[in-house]
Amino acid sequence: MNHQPPSSLRSQPPEGVTDDFGAARQSSEPIKFYQTGTFTVGNRLLAPEQRSVQASTERSNSLTSGHRACQGCGEALGARYAIDAAMRATNNQIIAANATGCLEVFSTPYPETSWQLPWIHSLFGNAAAVGTGIAAALKVKAAKGGRKDVRVIAQGGDGGTTDIGFGCLSGMFERNDDVLYICYDNEAYMNTGVQRSSATPHAARTATTQAVGPNPGAEFGKGKNLPRIAMAHEIPYVATATVADLHGLEAKVERAMGLHGARYLHILVPCPLGWGAASHDTIRLARLARETGLFPEFEAEAGEITAVTKIRRRVPVEDYLRPQKRFAHLFADAGRPDLIAQIQAEADRNIRRFGLLDES
Amino acid sequence: MLRQIEGSVAVAEAVALARPEVICAYPISPQTHIVEGLGRLVKSGALQPCEFINVESEFAAMSVAIGASAAGARAYTATASQGLLFMAEAIYNASGLGLPIVMTVANRAIGAPINIWNDHSDSMSQRDCGWIQLFAAHNQEALDLHIQAFKLAEELSMPVMVCMDGFILTHAVERVDMPTQQQVDAFLPPYEPRQVLDTADPVSIGAMVGPEAFMEVRYLAHAKQQMALERIPQIADEFEARFGRNTGGLVRAYHCEDAETIVVALGSVIGTLRDTVEDLRAGGMKIGVLGIQSFRPFPLAAVRAALQGARRVVVLEKSFSVGLGGVVSTDVRLALSGLQLHGYTVVAGLGGRAITKASLARMLHEAVADKLEPLTFLDLDWGIVNRQLAREASVRRSGPIAENLLRDVGTVASKVN
Amino acid sequence: MLQIRIHGRGGQGVVTAAEMLSVAAFEQGRHAQAFPSFGSERTGAPVVAFCRIDDREIRLREPVLAPDVLIVQDPTLLHQVDVFQGLQPDGYVLINTSRSFDELGLGEITTRFRRDRLATVAASEIAMKHLGRPLPNAALLGGFAALSGLITLDAVAHAIRHTFAAKLAEANVAAATDAFASVRDELKEPTHAQAD
Repeated sequence: MNHQPPSSLRSQPPEGVTDDFGAARQSSEPIKFYQTGTFTVGNRLLAPEQRSVQASTERSNSLTSGHRACQGCGEALGARYAIDAAMRATNNQIIAANATGCLEVFSTPYPETSWQLPWIHSLFGNAAAVGTGIAAALKVKAAKGGRKDVRVIAQGGDGGTTDIGFGCLSGMFERNDDVLYICYDNEAYMNTGVQRSSATPHAARTATTQAVGPNPGAEFGKGKNLPRIAMAHEIPYVATATVADLHGLEAKVERAMGLHGARYLHILVPCPLGWGAASHDTIRLARLARETGLFPEFEAEAGEITAVTKIRRRVPVEDYLRPQKRFAHLFADAGRPDLIAQIQAEADRNIRRFGLLDES
Repeated sequence: MLRQIEGSVAVAEAVALARPEVICAYPISPQTHIVEGLGRLVKSGALQPCEFINVESEFAAMSVAIGASAAGARAYTATASQGLLFMAEAIYNASGLGLPIVMTVANRAIGAPINIWNDHSDSMSQRDCGWIQLFAAHNQEALDLHIQAFKLAEELSMPVMVCMDGFILTHAVERVDMPTQQQVDAFLPPYEPRQVLDTADPVSIGAMVGPEAFMEVRYLAHAKQQMALERIPQIADEFEARFGRNTGGLVRAYHCEDAETIVVALGSVIGTLRDTVEDLRAGGMKIGVLGIQSFRPFPLAAVRAALQGARRVVVLEKSFSVGLGGVVSTDVRLALSGLQLHGYTVVAGLGGRAITKASLARMLHEAVADKLEPLTFLDLDWGIVNRQLAREASVRRSGPIAENLLRDVGTVASKVN
Repeated sequence: MLQIRIHGRGGQGVVTAAEMLSVAAFEQGRHAQAFPSFGSERTGAPVVAFCRIDDREIRLREPVLAPDVLIVQDPTLLHQVDVFQGLQPDGYVLINTSRSFDELGLGEITTRFRRDRLATVAASEIAMKHLGRPLPNAALLGGFAALSGLITLDAVAHAIRHTFAAKLAEANVAAATDAFASVRDELKEPTHAQAD
């Protein structure tokens, strides 16, 4: 260890000292496709212009391999899908601000980063505000002759978005700052050990809403729906999506990037560890969330719904709840059919409210 | 050009001359006139291109500044008191990331009890975070220090807060010399970031750093502040060469050369102290004033050099570490370690209580006679304090303290002072 | 150094009055410092503002405790606040009122201080006439110029024009001029002769 204090920052660094901390350099890594021929990758069954961004070897791979996400992490998938789509839509001119959380932690394990775009992590609750600041700076730089096409994404998990980041998010919305905010919703504070957030679904077990007592899991009557709150701000674009529908997700990102002003994308990203689900079930659970009606997929502009993804084959909520240990207490022993019924009622209400079923 | 204007207005114009690119602001007394002034300059087109953002909280204000600075823009904000605390997490983030944001802190007391008047508790609460802290003694210094602050911050890649006494300076209308745009442009070049979010050259900023490197990163902040100790006087000299006055620097000594007693202070009270000391000197007292302008980095060597010839040092401060005593005096003591002299801490002016020449003179006479307690609270009403203590001793449900005290004090509005 | 203290209520332009005084002094090439004693924004509450004028740099930052000049913008304060606290023996007093010192119950004041330095002026009425609103601050400054001669009416007019938009400025200048004349006339009254 070198104990000598530096004489001046303006002189040359001493021998053997590598360059700046905290600003890791990018690497170029060839993209490996582990599965070919699927709809996700390869897409040989589709015409080229219909193929997903992920299918292309030219994709920016904004979140490249080597990150430390868990096996089956829905957030890693969602982030790569979303950011790559945004990069293609903007000719790779994206700057991202990331809240503290799983994504930030597993994507930047010191001294590495898996981000291949300009990226900043500031705090837990301020991603939207940092995004606002970046967008403001870019506007001024553009006025001074800089690039006019650089766009901003602010992103975080449900905790950083619906709870601690709520104030900054609402501020960004009401000012209509030119930022796309992406919330990767795994329905709890996962990185700190699965604690309840205001996005945690009713009856779900978390470390702070344990499955004990007469009201096991997250209490009914609490919680908030961020997509609808975003719509209430009447911002240019609000959409929900899941990692089960890659094409849909990419299309929504592309739509968002074709607009200016405050935009919000809420992506359901199952967390195998936190949900107590098998790591190979991530996509399936995301699809079931939609097909039960528990997670409505829609788009809205200026506060009005413009498109809804219909349920293709409706299933009862039990099909979605059973594979997840966070709902195990609903089925153990005599189970809690009353709570399941309440959850089913929520799904029914969503179906009615958003028109998720075709009248037949 | 000489102008007779309010301190806040002077600061707003000085900041505007520094060509900030992103200004974000959340209102809080007594900084409001600064951000209102800047808001008008931006909206009218006088200051452009510049983005002025009305944020939803001080936490957002510093966060927006972080984003803007990281994207390469010259960023500015202003706050005080509760607002500074509300952004505390972001303050540490800004200095931890090395972003050269400049912020005005219109010094104001921190509640509870809520108090909108001046003292230094807000800035002092953030003295360890890595921000450079400069204290203005009058509005010319306040104006000039903002211009010097941008230069200092950007050279070192560290944020700088310029502290000016809320109301006493912000709301005082006095004569200032406002520089021209050409002068400022020649002194302050455009911001060249050390790190920047740039799609042409992507970097990741703000990754986690574990035990293997955290100490080194934090030390580097300290190293930069050590460099600031050198740069601050140099920048003050460069400023003087261009603008014709020396308003920067680490410390400012007044009649300290032959002084047996030296009073140390920060901010606007230095003016009152100089008047007081001038009178006392006329009466034969060998007394001087040391004004500290750079509180962080704390100029240990300069303070020691100025004080070492004295027999007696009185630190007069508008700050207070509950459970211990002085804040500034603790730092001053460090500068004097090993030296034999009498040291006194006088806590004064908390929550905006006026510090008068008369009280100062009385206190200094006691100091010079070595009759002063090591820790004194200037003009404290012991009657009120003791009544409250007796109240609490006699009954459990003694009620809210502030309300009890105010009942003792009586109607404030009918008092002149 | 000249120290001025202005008493009034929130919304009456007390702070602006102190500022204008400082601007007037600045116009005359002098150093000046003006500042209020503060509270949160609130109409109707007692407000005090201070102004110091000197030919050298003003370093002092304490409230004006021993004023050479006292301006009272609102006579309803007279029995609520001790406005005369600390007033120098040869200090000036100007009160905004259409009544006399005796009628205000201030007969004792007229004997304690120099009679030729005490005046009243119906500044709110004058302001009503020129501005349509009872904002007496500019008028009072005109009155003060006449009372003391320490500031010229010209400098007061400059300060007013510096502070207000054109139409309002001219109306305020007219009010100040009116008040100046009123006080000048009052000073000629025999009651103002200094008893020796």
